[in-house]
Formats: sequence, structure tokens, C-alpha cells
Amino acid sequence: MSEQDTSASSGGIGGRAVVTLGRILISIFIPFVAFVVLWGGFIFLRDTNAPQGIIASVAIIWGVGGVALLFWVADWVVNRLPLQTAKKLQPFVFVGPALVILGWYLFIPALRSLYLSFFDARSQAFVGLQNYVFAFTDPKMLESFVNNLMWIVLGTGGAVGFGLIIALLADRSRFEKFFKALVFLPMAISFVGAGVIWRFVYAYKPPMEEQIGLLNAMVTFFGGEPQAWFTMQPWNNIFLIVILVWLQTGYAMVIISAALKGIPSSIIEAGRIDGATEMKIIIRIIIPSIFSTLVTVATTIIIISLKIFDIVFTMTNGNYGTEVIASMQYKQMFRFLHYGRGSAIAMVLVIAVIPVMWYNLRQFSKREGF
Amino acid sequence: MKKVVVVLLVFLMAGAAVFAAGQRETVDEKVVTVFGAFVDEEARRFEEAIRPFTDATGIEVRYEGSSEFETLISVRVEGGNPPDIAALPQPGLMQNFAQQGHLVPMWNSLEQLVDSNYAPVWKDLGSEGGTPYGVFHRVNAKSFVWYPKKAWDAAGYEIPTTWDELEALMDQMVANGHTPWAIGIESGGATGWPGTDWVEDVMLRTAGPEVYQQWIDNEIPFNHPAVKEAFEIVGDIWFNDDYVYGGRNYILTTSFGDSPRPLFEDPPRAMMHRQGNFVTTFFPDRIQDNLEQEVGVFPLPSINPEWGIPVLGGGDQFVVFNDTPEVRQFMEFLATWESGKLWAQAGGALFPYLDQDLDAYPNEIERSLAEALVNAEVFGFDASDLMPGQVGAGSFWTGIVDWVNGRNLDTVLNTIQRSWP
Amino acid sequence: MTLEKRKAAKWKVVINIILLFIVLIWTMPTVGLFISSLRPQDEVMNTGWWTTFTDGTRFNLDNYRQVLGGRDHTYVDAAGNTVRASGDNLSQAFVNSLTVTIPSVIIPLLIAAAAAFGFAWLEFPGRKIFFTIVVALLVVPLQIALIPILRDYQRIGLTGSYLAIWLAHTGFGLPLATYLLYNYISTIPRDIFESAFLDGAKQMTVFTLLVLPLSIPAIASLAIFQFLWVWNDLLVALVFLGGTADVAVLTQRLASMVGSRGQDWHLLTAGAFVTMIIPLAVFFGLQRFFVRGLMAGSVKG
Repeated sequence: MSEQDTSASSGGIGGRAVVTLGRILISIFIPFVAFVVLWGGFIFLRDTNAPQGIIASVAIIWGVGGVALLFWVADWVVNRLPLQTAKKLQPFVFVGPALVILGWYLFIPALRSLYLSFFDARSQAFVGLQNYVFAFTDPKMLESFVNNLMWIVLGTGGAVGFGLIIALLADRSRFEKFFKALVFLPMAISFVGAGVIWRFVYAYKPPMEEQIGLLNAMVTFFGGEPQAWFTMQPWNNIFLIVILVWLQTGYAMVIISAALKGIPSSIIEAGRIDGATEMKIIIRIIIPSIFSTLVTVATTIIIISLKIFDIVFTMTNGNYGTEVIASMQYKQMFRFLHYGRGSAIAMVLVIAVIPVMWYNLRQFSKREGF
Repeated sequence: MKKVVVVLLVFLMAGAAVFAAGQRETVDEKVVTVFGAFVDEEARRFEEAIRPFTDATGIEVRYEGSSEFETLISVRVEGGNPPDIAALPQPGLMQNFAQQGHLVPMWNSLEQLVDSNYAPVWKDLGSEGGTPYGVFHRVNAKSFVWYPKKAWDAAGYEIPTTWDELEALMDQMVANGHTPWAIGIESGGATGWPGTDWVEDVMLRTAGPEVYQQWIDNEIPFNHPAVKEAFEIVGDIWFNDDYVYGGRNYILTTSFGDSPRPLFEDPPRAMMHRQGNFVTTFFPDRIQDNLEQEVGVFPLPSINPEWGIPVLGGGDQFVVFNDTPEVRQFMEFLATWESGKLWAQAGGALFPYLDQDLDAYPNEIERSLAEALVNAEVFGFDASDLMPGQVGAGSFWTGIVDWVNGRNLDTVLNTIQRSWP
Repeated sequence: MTLEKRKAAKWKVVINIILLFIVLIWTMPTVGLFISSLRPQDEVMNTGWWTTFTDGTRFNLDNYRQVLGGRDHTYVDAAGNTVRASGDNLSQAFVNSLTVTIPSVIIPLLIAAAAAFGFAWLEFPGRKIFFTIVVALLVVPLQIALIPILRDYQRIGLTGSYLAIWLAHTGFGLPLATYLLYNYISTIPRDIFESAFLDGAKQMTVFTLLVLPLSIPAIASLAIFQFLWVWNDLLVALVFLGGTADVAVLTQRLASMVGSRGQDWHLLTAGAFVTMIIPLAVFFGLQRFFVRGLMAGSVKG
């Protein structure tokens, strides 16, 4: 840029005009080339019959390179604009692509759902708030609200709590990687696999047979009667939540652990030199330093608990008082083909997350940018 | 440095684009896409059964089966990406798509084939608003009681032909120290359905086909005495701990597929299991290998002699989304016994064709089931599949579970009735 | 001094014992699955997996053979002969899954990292509103998006292509990725940026040369989660890519392996471990990025 500036200032008026024209042309030409290149890749990937290996390689280069190229070209173009405009547009070079994609894939469909939630099963007749009346009065929905609250409190508490404890302990152990890998393991198991795993834990067989469920085997070993765990209200909800904690603790642990690694060791050393006990260091120094990470992890697990679906659906199908909101949503939408109710329940999920959003926004406002 | 990378990238992609120009595929093969819910071995048997069609016509049939069929079919149809043909397990889905105008009605030549090859009931089940859409292919029959043959012979039990005889048999078994039934209704996200089958089977036997149809259409409410009576007859068996292996907890927590296993212990822990023809795939391998020696089967006995021995069944119907000449040819093939024969020979499938050759079935058991299905005086299609989703795949299933779990029957029936849309 | 050292050593032992205990509970169910995967179906159904320790049951690899090599089928061919044959093996499904997954991880991470930087350190109108929307979109069930997106794809002829599914996973993965990376990037000490901007660095330079390298631990952990989510996804792949043999992903093959009515669910025991191999490799591969000091060392307390 500085080279061009000098050449422009050294030339006459005519030269300046040529340079400006050239700049404009280049400013149009470069994005055009970028567009042609991306489009070509798109057509190729859409229509190709090339061997899988080639497609995959081209795909990775095109996908990753294409995204990088888009960022670079956008930045290049913005930098060519007058300074004031450039300053205003620059942030959108960074957030723009994400906003466009989110808008397309989630925001507009969410708006559409909002719209459909005021219509009947087949989205033909306007029914006003009828679907919301259903969502807030149906006994199964009311049951779901209570259960989801339980999932949020116990599921989030359990996963974040265990994640934090394990991350803190592992940080002080020589076998950190080994321990962390084993706690992470459940995350890598596909959900169908996890379903089978927990069947082997909760399985029930009548007293005269040998138990194949771990829990009932222990109960009978100590002389108890085998229990049908999933039918025991309201404890069955907790048995299901245990599965979520088992699955998600690995997630909480990995993120919290990464944050622990980010605490400047000098702060902790300073604490040690001052003679603080390990407990005090954790409470006074470590927890405050990773507090925003804890909020983030808790937020995501709260949202996972709100959207919890597959565990309940495959284990109990919402029977015995274990129904949850997302499973109701799925059933209305795909099983009962009632798009109005399905959409309304999806909107209820969005309403339910408002307190979480509000809290995050408060945290957000505390940080300012440049 | 960065610029060099970018330039390289540009050339690479330009190259890819040029390469792409020569790659455009020209499709002139004749292809029919079929989407269904059956997978794996059943999908393979289906593909083999329709191979003669491809050999004769040169039309390729691409079958795609998915365990997520329920979700996918409505997404694909609503999203504008339906298959040429779909095999719908529930008539309710067909009615829905037909009302939305997504389906191609039967054309004359196909309708004639259906008229001549099937009993009228199948055409009715494939129709919506008087217009026929669906062609049935593989079907199942559910009103059967399975028993361990050797243990029965040893104990001298005889096949009951009336409900009284069945009750006497159950008491005889209890007196001998045997447990009559093994029952399980757990089925993941569909838990409860085996229970709905029991109730439907009894309903067909006590109330007859007309009341059964009124029940499906909700012309009689779900808490009608006729429905309640059927539930009570089932409950008399289910909730008698002497009659059912493991009692209520076993019924609730045992997967329907695992539930016949007590029959094949040595000695058997239970003596009877009521389920459809497909249950044999769940039997232990050693039993499946010697099916005819190890297992006996009889139809669930009659209750009201007026209705004889009705057969409860279900099945996938094939419907058309895209009307092409190839699709028409294939649908007409599906409406003939020719399309089912090889699958029948491989086993595990029954077919409704009137002109079918019963000798094609691989063993005596399947042959007798097919015979019972074709000759049934009263045939009832699975009512829960015909009711609206909210009931048939919702409150009816969960109602059964609540009932077994101890909820009062009237409350259960009222709740189901209230959920009717 | 020696006393303190001994005390510290004692603590280390206690910590390791507690961890060992937690890890034992955590892995017990998985161990059960693993042992079950080596047992024949009949035994799995009748005796607990722990009995193998006392019975000395023979293990066999039959479940793995069926999962990897394709299930045995019997069918009758057009000539009327009964044929017994193996289904397709899993190699094609592995390639398909990888083709779906790798770009579906990298693309959203790049876009999310840029957006997170924008939200954390750049001032622009609507910043708060947009950020709130990103958080809110975390909770939107992706099922509601399937039909409208499929309609759009049909219009531009994208359905059934790999691009279709990468973009879909990008869209569905972006809220979490943006949110988590925002949290990490916003905690980068302010003075790092101040000095860079004072030196006249442009935003893009700051992003590529400062933010990205500093965020590697967060990006690595996110890469794992996005990888797991895409790898284990079934629904999105089936809607946008389809389930025919040439494009079927691993999860789809596994789901159908249990049969139409789930009669062969015992194969899932082996299947779960087969599908776990790649995610675990990714975890171990990326674990070395979770190291102390990338940022901690670069600033003074």
C-alpha cells in the first residue's frame, strides 16, 4: 500500500487518475477472481465423480483455503476503502461470515418456527396462541418442565463439579494424561454405544434369575431385591441424569483444564511464597481466574440439559414421569406431525434460555473491545 | 510469502475448476429410488427379490433403508427431496402425504393388478378419501402364540382352540409348576407397542371387526366399555403373577425381543409367548437353526365364536412420489407375487398375494402363518398404526405402560381419549 | 525442607489414589461393554460380564468380525439358490465419515475464531445484539432447521453433496464454537493487543499472528468436540447426504447393522469400540496442545 501511495503522489494529475482507475479495477478484479475460483470449486465438488481420495483432498483444500481466501479478500477490499468506512466495516470482515451462516442455518429457521408456532398441525390455519396454551398446560409438558429443571441443576452441577475436581487433581498428578483420557473416553463413544453400556448397568432381571445389570448384581450381592430402576419415580430421573454427567464431565474437564493451563504460573507461585495453603490458592486465586470459563462451561451444559433428548427417548421414552421438553418437541414434530406444537415447544426452549442469555450478556458487557 | 501462498491457492482452484468442467456426469441410466425402514439382512433380501425385475427391464432399483425412517421421510418430503417410492410402515403417514397432495394415485393398470392379486382389505388400507395409493408387499401377522415344542410334548399340553381352553391350560400349567406367559413391552422410543397388539388382538375377538373399525375412527371413544373389556381381559392374564414370568416389572423392563428367551431355557421358565412372525429372528441361534423341531405355534384362540379366529397384522405400503415410466413399471412388479417369491424363500417375510405359492416358504411354521393370513375371515390391521400419531404412537403406547405400572384403567383410558386430536 | 518435601510427596500419592478411584468408577461401564463385546450373544444375555473373571469364559472376536467384515446374510438369488454371504465391510464407511468430518471441523473453527475475535476485541454496532443471538441459537434444536435448509439445498442443487453437509455442520456447530472461543479469546490480556496496535499492526495481522497462535489450546479442545459431534452424527448426514451405500457414514452403517427391529443389538458392543478408534486418536493427537504456558508465559502477572 505504501508503494502505491508514493507512486501516486509522485505522478501528475493524469497519472493519479490512472492509478485511481487501476485501483478501482483491481478492487473489482480481485474479488471477482476469488469468486470465480470458489464457484469453480463448488461446481467441481457438486458434480464430480472423481475417486473419493481426490474429492476429499480437493474438498479440504477448497473448504479451508476458500474460507481463508474469503477472509483475506474481504480484508483486502476493506483496506482499500476510505479510512473512516474501512474502520466501520473492518469488524464485519471477522464476524460477517459467522453471522451470515448462522442467519441462514439457524436464525431464519428459528423465525420460521416462531411463525409456524401460531398455526395448526399442517401449518394451514392460524390458531393464535393455542399451541402455547398446550405447551404450558399439557400435563406431560408440565412434567417436562419440572424434570428439565432437575436435569439443569443436577446435570450441570454434576458435570461441572466433577470436571473441575478432576481437572484440578489431574493438574497436580504425574499421570495427568492417563486420567484425563479415561474420563474423556465416554465422550468418544457414540450415543448408540452409550445406550448399550447403561443397559448393562441398569438392567433388571427377576429375582430368580442371575442379574446382568451391574447395579442389581451389587444389590443382590448384599442380599437386596433387584429393582426395576427406570420405573422408580422420581429417582429414575436421577438415574438418567447420571448418564449425562458421565458423558459430559469429560467435556467440562477438557475446557476447565485448558483454562487452568492458562493461569500465569507466577500468580500461583506468588501465592505459594506468601504461604497460602493449597486450598486457599484454589479458592482465592485459581477459581476467580477461571471463573469466566466456569460460566461458559456451565452455560453450555445447561443448554445441553435443556435440549436433552436421546438419553430419555431411548431409555424410557418419557414413561414413568421422565418426560423432557426436547423429547416432547421431537414427538410432536416427527411422530405426531404437528408442526404447530412442535414449533411452539422449540420456542419454549428459547424462552427457557433467556435467564442464561441475560447472565452471559452481563458478563459480556464487563469486557470492552477496542 | 502470504501472497505466494494465495497465488498458489488460486491456481490450484482454477485447476480444479477446469478439471470439473470435464467431469459433468451425464445420467441416462434408468433408475428408481426406493426408501424404506427395513435394513441390513432384510434390505439385502428385498434387493435380491427384485433383481429379476432389473434383469428383465434394465431399470436399476436403488434401495435405501434407514433406522431413522420416521424422521427422515417427513423431512425429505417436506424439504422437497422425496424418493421416487417410499415404503411406509404406517397408513397414517400415507394419509398425511396424500392429503398434502404429495402422492401419485394409482393408475388404472396398477389398480387392476391390485384388484386381482390382493384381498379387498389391502386396497382399502392403501386408500385415502376413496383414492387408492399404496401397494402392500411384505406384511406381518401378529396373532400367534409360540411355545417350546419339546417341553409341551413332555408335559402333554394341547393347543387350545377357544379362550376357555386357553384359560384352563394356563391353570393346568400353574398347577404343574409352570409359568404360562413370557411378556415384554420395552422397545426404546416405542415402548408399549407389544401391549397395544395384545389389546387389539383381544378387541378383534370380543368386539369384532366393525366395532374395531369404529374404535380406530374414534366413533366409539377410547373409554367405551368394549375397549375397556378388551383391556380387562388382557389385564386378567398380565397382572396375575402366577401367569406371567417375572410379573409387572418384567413386562415393563424387558425388551420385546428378549422377552421370548425364557421359553428356551432348559427347563423353560415360561411356556407361551404371543408375538408376530418376525419374532423368530430374536430366538437364540440354536433354536433358529432347528425351528421346526424346537418351536410350535398356534393362533391366539377365539373368544366370541361369531368372529372366528381373526388375524391381526401390519405391513409396509409402497407409495409413489415421482411419476415416471420406470416407477410405474416397478410398482406394477411389486403388485405381483413374483416380487415376493425369493424373499419368501429366504424366510422371515409373509406376503398377502392371493395367488402366492405357499410351498415357497422355507418351513412349515411360516407356511402355516402365511396360510392363516391369507385365509383369515377377519383381518384387522394394527389399530395403533391406523390411529392418529398422537394416540397410535403416543398416548396408546404410554397408556399401556402407565396401566402396567399400576395406574387405574379408567384414568388411563380417559387420558388416551383426551389426547385424540 | 525434607519434611515439606515428604508432605508434598504424600499429597501426590493421595491425589493419585483419589483420581484412580474416580477413573475406576468412570471406566467401569465401558469395561463392561468391552468385555461384553468379546462374548457371544447368548452369554451376554444370561450372565453378567463380570462373571467372565471367575468362569474363565473363552473370549472370541466374532462380534468384531461381523462389524468390520460385514454381517453374514442369507438370501435366495434369482436362480432360487440359498446364498450365504457377507455384507460390505466398513472401509468405505470409514472413508465417507472422514470426508464428512475433517472439513466439517476445520471450516467452522476458522469462521468461529474470526467471529470470536470480532466479538471480543472489535467495536461495531449491534455487537451486543448479535452476541445475544449467538447464545440464544445454542438452544435452538437443529431439527427445526432440517426442512427449510433442505428446501434451500434443493433449489440450488446441493443435496447429496459433501459440500452440503460441511456447510450444515458449520452452521449447526458455529454457535458453540463461537461462544467457547469468544470466552477464551476475550481473556487474552489487553496489553498484548495494545502493543501490537501501537506498532501499527493491522487487525488481520493481529488475528493471524497473535490471536490464532494464542488460542491453540481452546481451538484444539473445540476441534475435539466438533469432531466428536460430527463423527457421531447420524441425522444430519442422512438428511443432507443420504444413506445409500456409496455415501453412508459409519454411524449409519452401525445403526442398520442391528437389524430392522434391533434383533442384533449385541453387535453394537463391538461397533461402539470400532467407531471410537478415530475420535480417540484425535484426542490423543490434540492432547499435546493442552500445554501450560502458551499464554501464561507471555505475560507478567
